[in-house]
Amino acid sequence: MAEKVLVKGNEALAEAAILSGCRHYFGYPITPQTEIAAYMAKRMPKVGGVFLQAESELAAANMVFGAAGAGARALTSSSSPGISLKAEALSYIAGCDLPCVVVNIVRAGPGLGGIQPAQSDYYQATKGHGHGDYQMIVLAPSSVQEIIHLTADAFDLADLYRMPVMIMGDGMLGQMMEPVEFDLGERRKLPEKDWATTGTDMKRKHNIINSLIMNPDDLEACVRARYERYEQIKATEARAEEYMITAYGTTARIVKNAIVELRKKGIKVGLVRPITLWPFPEATYKKYADKVSAILSVEMSMGQMVDDVRLAVNDKVPVHFYGRTGGNIPYPDEIIKAMEEIAGGDK
Amino acid sequence: MAKVVFNEEKCKGCYLCMTACPKKIIVIAEDRMNAKGFRPVEVLEMDKCLGCAMCATMCPDCVIEVFK
Amino acid sequence: MQQVFKKPNALCDVNLHYCPGCTHGIVHRLVAEVLDELGIEGKAIGVAPVGCSVFAYDYWECDMQQAAHGRAPAVATGIKRVHPDKVVFTYQGDGDLASIGTAETVHAAMRGENITIIFINNAIYGMTGGQMAPTSLPGQVTQTSPYGRDPKTQGYPVRMSEMLAQTDGAAYIERVSVDCVKNVNNAKKAIKKAFQTQLDGKGFSLVEVLSTCPTNWGKSPIEALDWLRENMIPYYPLGVKKDKTTEE
Repeated sequence: MAEKVLVKGNEALAEAAILSGCRHYFGYPITPQTEIAAYMAKRMPKVGGVFLQAESELAAANMVFGAAGAGARALTSSSSPGISLKAEALSYIAGCDLPCVVVNIVRAGPGLGGIQPAQSDYYQATKGHGHGDYQMIVLAPSSVQEIIHLTADAFDLADLYRMPVMIMGDGMLGQMMEPVEFDLGERRKLPEKDWATTGTDMKRKHNIINSLIMNPDDLEACVRARYERYEQIKATEARAEEYMITAYGTTARIVKNAIVELRKKGIKVGLVRPITLWPFPEATYKKYADKVSAILSVEMSMGQMVDDVRLAVNDKVPVHFYGRTGGNIPYPDEIIKAMEEIAGGDK
Repeated sequence: MAKVVFNEEKCKGCYLCMTACPKKIIVIAEDRMNAKGFRPVEVLEMDKCLGCAMCATMCPDCVIEVFK
Repeated sequence: MQQVFKKPNALCDVNLHYCPGCTHGIVHRLVAEVLDELGIEGKAIGVAPVGCSVFAYDYWECDMQQAAHGRAPAVATGIKRVHPDKVVFTYQGDGDLASIGTAETVHAAMRGENITIIFINNAIYGMTGGQMAPTSLPGQVTQTSPYGRDPKTQGYPVRMSEMLAQTDGAAYIERVSVDCVKNVNNAKKAIKKAFQTQLDGKGFSLVEVLSTCPTNWGKSPIEALDWLRENMIPYYPLGVKKDKTTEE
């Protein structure tokens, strides 16, 4: 058993990355994720790693592209506007089938927006970041302890499936302190990186890391192969807890409090909390579509994940939405009221 | 004694080699085209070749091998 | 008789896709000759850009990685920080290095990133069909400066080598040309010195190569060499712009 320590979400993430063997971090300051960079600046030199503050998010993400191609476990972190800039490299990383981990400690948008907690980058994370046909695995921790486990998972999933993995949290999760154990548990066995640019040493044919494929049939075949891999990920990696109001990340914690109160009031309600946003745990929703009379999606956005919930249940059950945005966090009372209105309407 | 050998199929007919040759012995082969559709070059008076490799130095396509 | 000139081993035995007379091919060969002569093909990792040399990853026998437009110095930084004992180089054109990738270039130089950059300056965007480049000359007619580049509205050409020479991190910066045999030989010496600078751990090295684009300049390959000599060299003077390699 590891010792329990009190630690901030952002710093827990950075330390978990180091424990996962990440020795290359490239970043650029932006609130509310900057503790990750500051922690890495302090820790990386002590473990023989590289911390580099790049000239921009564009450069930081492209340094990750280089380091990932060279075979390293590379990490970058940012917040919403910075992720828009990193999108370019993420598309190349996906197109070159390279593993890396990128962290988005989401702030409210669009534009410069605000720095308060938000979940308004769900669409960006799960539906579109950079250009082209590709996906990222998106993990949504809701506690500092879970940040540690999902960070270790993120590096493993990236290496196993050779694709970028995003850990998506928000300022509240990044800034809060909770008692945690730095125990990563059993890890998976991972394949060798024989594709990396490490120098041929004149012993093998050159490795080329490239996403430019000019022949349409070749490019289509390459993209289709990638999507077959995505199907495999959807079948094996999607995870969720099983209840009836649905929310992820920080919002799920608030929903839990609301559920306790709702149950006291006699409303039978539970939580479905996606841990992977992509792949979206559709099967969990399908399983409950026949068993619940309504679903309420609660988000810190104008309603983004709710689209995926609706697609998953395919009109078998009405799906409602309650959200706050701009950096506002929903109070349990607001969620209780929204759920009561739905439950009342059903009677 | 020196000679140059042209890999005619790689030639793109830019003729930069002709400007570089100090003896001006490289000429366009007017009687044939390569598969790319370019008229390659040839040397008719090979005995004048110095083997200086100036032609090969200017060739962008590694068409020319030089022996001396 | 002995063979005194042949294709260098580090250059792949393929047809380069460049237009007839484009001097990219000469510079590709020079880089390969240097990799051969320094015996570093096996420890070299190259970064290909976006632009005419976008397929460069297919042309050298060493490991290669592509980069997004302008980001080659950042990608090279990532590779070099993972493998400090390998030789990492980028090959970039003027749009890539001096327009969209200016920040990446300048900051790699300022960090003294121990990488080598081969910078092809042909004063035009070649791959997209001949638009104005950051290095297009005043008065130069291109698709996007159809009345000639007017510095009043379209700005002045950038002298990257002189600009980068101002950075403390740059160890070796030289501008060369490939318009004639003598200059090609000088270009090779400069490229070799740039790689040697990296091998010696001295920091950032860059060789700017004045190059031709006969197709988009609307000239024959031979006319293009003359145009380079008469128009580009006066604006972009050749020579060493910075050399810290002899300092301890």
